[in-house]
Amino acid sequence: MAAVFRQTVAMLRGLLITGRYLFRRRVTAPYPDVKPPVAARFKGRHWLTLYADGLERCVGCELCVIVCPSQAIYVKAAENTPERQVSKGERHAEEFQINMLRCIFCGFCEEACPTGAIVLGHDYELAGYTRASMIYTKGMLTEPYPGASGRDPGREV
Amino acid sequence: MTTAARPPEAAEVERRLLTTTVERMKAWARRSSIWPAQFGLACCAIEMMATAAARFDLARFGSELFRASPRQADLLIVSGRVSQKMGPVIRHIYDQMLEPKWVIAMGDCASCGGVFNNYALVQGVDKIIPVDVYVAGCPPRPEALLHGFLQLLEQIDRSGGRR
Repeated sequence: MAAVFRQTVAMLRGLLITGRYLFRRRVTAPYPDVKPPVAARFKGRHWLTLYADGLERCVGCELCVIVCPSQAIYVKAAENTPERQVSKGERHAEEFQINMLRCIFCGFCEEACPTGAIVLGHDYELAGYTRASMIYTKGMLTEPYPGASGRDPGREV
Repeated sequence: MTTAARPPEAAEVERRLLTTTVERMKAWARRSSIWPAQFGLACCAIEMMATAAARFDLARFGSELFRASPRQADLLIVSGRVSQKMGPVIRHIYDQMLEPKWVIAMGDCASCGGVFNNYALVQGVDKIIPVDVYVAGCPPRPEALLHGFLQLLEQIDRSGGRR
């Protein structure tokens, strides 16, 4: 009888610990429903930014290609012509590709860029079913409208 | 869980009467208990551990625990760089897993070699084993891995639980 009583008390004491956790603050982040804000200087996927008037900032200098430690960037530059002025410089990027699977999000490209064209945004949800789908082309990287990436389109660099 | 081939009326009947096909039931059962293999390679494995821990809690999506035996695992999360010496070991573990089995290449190194474009590393684990989902990041945040994992669940839904 005493043994049964002892065991019951022991079980209840164990349950008490479980019960105490019921009233504690939940530690689990409800991730897919609520996306937690990242730090202000978090480096996520890249954006190719535009000037406020819609011209591209990238001038096709390929400094980002040179500085990239994982050779993730490919730029094919082309000349601007009076009929087709894409950027404010002499040249613009005809093709601009970043292999997201190579990129280590170090931000060197952002530092090297003389016009502030390439910025690293806050989007980290980068997953794909094929390797080819993770190579982001110019159309995917260019921000949809000036300022869409969160950077002020009127800034100097 | 809607597939493109099914008419919307079928989805409505299914929702109201709780009917389904064996195929989709199987897919649901499989996607709801994907147990990963306990297998970490490098710094990405630290993030993988964080994903499994209380804050991000991979168990919310049915990955109750990481199995140390590949025979009890459904998912291989390749978390880190794969050296040429590690390649055969990974292939061995993959072969020991029972069908159906899935693979997530977590992070840049597992996906394509990442920053280590050199002779010592396998340039992408898909040169050794078939990969279902590639997750970018160096290392990916736990949320990014969760996102990749949810992508995999979507794919399992679409394929009817088959690999």
